[in-house]
Amino acid sequence: MVGIRTHDLRKIYSSAPPFGAGSSGPPAARDKLKKQPKPEIVALDGLSLDIAPGEVFGLLGPNGAGKSTTVGILTTRVRPTGGTAWIGEHDVWKEQVAVKRLIGVVAQRPNLDFSLTAREILLFHGAYFGLDSQARAARAESLLDRFKLRDRAEQMVRGFSGGMMQRLSIARAMMHDPQVLFLDEPSAGLDPQTKLLLWEIIREYNQTGKTILLTTHNMEEADALADRLAIIDHGRNIALGTPEELKASVPGGYLLRLRFGHQSAELLQRLQSLHGVREVRANDQDGADLYSDHGGALIAEIASLASAAGVELRDVHISEPSLENLFLHHTGRSLRE
Amino acid sequence: MNWKTFFAMLARDAHVARRNFVVLLLQTFLQPLMFVFIFGRVMVRSGYMPEAYKSLLLPGIMAISMVFTGVWAVAMPLIAEFQFTREIEDRLLAPMEISWVAVEKVLAGTLQALIAGLMVIPAAWVILRPGVTVTVHNPLTFACVTLLVALFSACGGLALGCSVNQQHIGLMFSMVLTPMIFFGCTYYPWSALNSFPILQKVVLVNPLVYASEGLRGTLVPQFSHLPLPAVLVVLTAFDALLLAAGLRQFWGKAVS
Repeated sequence: MVGIRTHDLRKIYSSAPPFGAGSSGPPAARDKLKKQPKPEIVALDGLSLDIAPGEVFGLLGPNGAGKSTTVGILTTRVRPTGGTAWIGEHDVWKEQVAVKRLIGVVAQRPNLDFSLTAREILLFHGAYFGLDSQARAARAESLLDRFKLRDRAEQMVRGFSGGMMQRLSIARAMMHDPQVLFLDEPSAGLDPQTKLLLWEIIREYNQTGKTILLTTHNMEEADALADRLAIIDHGRNIALGTPEELKASVPGGYLLRLRFGHQSAELLQRLQSLHGVREVRANDQDGADLYSDHGGALIAEIASLASAAGVELRDVHISEPSLENLFLHHTGRSLRE
Repeated sequence: MNWKTFFAMLARDAHVARRNFVVLLLQTFLQPLMFVFIFGRVMVRSGYMPEAYKSLLLPGIMAISMVFTGVWAVAMPLIAEFQFTREIEDRLLAPMEISWVAVEKVLAGTLQALIAGLMVIPAAWVILRPGVTVTVHNPLTFACVTLLVALFSACGGLALGCSVNQQHIGLMFSMVLTPMIFFGCTYYPWSALNSFPILQKVVLVNPLVYASEGLRGTLVPQFSHLPLPAVLVVLTAFDALLLAAGLRQFWGKAVS
């Protein structure tokens, strides 16, 4: 079994970052960026992680947080500006070939070999990793079955739907039975049924002792799969723990997002004194984020306090304990923003 | 060095080339063979061109076909795979140093260019005969020149494929390949530029001049041509230079 470590990892792009890494604007926007004199984008700012062998570890964060760059460095595709990264006992940058033998990678964008059929993609991938022809034929068959791609096996992948391409990408990454599997936003754009199939396969693969690192900005996925999570933002690790630990670390757990007709400091102070309220923060939209031990039961009191202060209560949104709340608590921004 | 991986990639390229064989054939040969037909047959038969032009044309057409095939086979997939489809990731993540992925591309391109070059000789001969006088006096020199030309086309493809932007593919053909072909002594021998002394010096920076003249010197030595030792030395130098530049560009593209 093989673990993953990074120490004080830093990455500064001096030109536009690659697909799926760093800032995630559309290609046109990135092209514009390129024309400016040496734009420097700090994608990773001292990221240290220690992922145990056999663990499913999630990197959670908004677009541009540095998730894909982290995966890029750990998979030999991005050169770190500073710090070190290890897969098992191998320094990723210095022992690339040894590292590549240990890892399987599913990129954020499908990068299948369009000149080949689905089965050929698996067979040639097996051949690149030195599997003999019998072993690779058997492995390709079982993966085609597992990923429900058998009836499309002889077709060129050019005409595949996004979901099929994603399934085949993951099958390909598993083809050489890697000790560590990297999944960059594995369920982005998948229908619910395929997503569940994928989760099942990931859990199954993990049960055979394999380490899995997945990036996501989907809380549900992080919650469903990850043993531990790191929440990263602006290239830094801002929280680390099991999903339960992380959720418990948000004061109270519930989050009530309130919006008023206008901001009133006096009202905020009064809200703070309500029973069960742990923390009140003004937010930028004439409103307040209120962290508390319970949710709906507070609404009546909030409404009466607001009307007593002569402030109109325009909108209330209650979130139950979730990673989204955690992210918001640490950064003041929503994961989806 | 992991040869299993290297040969698996070569097998992949061979498989794809076999699948696209007819398209590749039309792409490579249609234009040069039409040229051979018009200039070697129509113009000669109607008396606008001398009979000897047939033999003179053959090595030039061979050089064009080889260079076009090698550049196309290496550059076009690289441009698409690095910038658009990212297909090459699969091979960059294979357990082999990434520069060898580029070397494999060069080898595959060289082989395709060799096949193209060797197919041109009988094809053109069929269109042009009778009246073509091809004599290979020294098979070893011929093999060396052909190999160096094929390698030049593939290394050129690597260097171009890793430097040209996807939007500029059209420009690559009109600004790089077309002038190279027209000023590459393909349709005329270098000595034909004697009355254009400045141009005659300037075209010497064009590697295709040495390819055409080298093939002319080994296939139809009855025409004047650049000295073969010079051709061999300069082609080797161009190959080494383009390979080094191509590998450097490839590395820059492959690693962010």
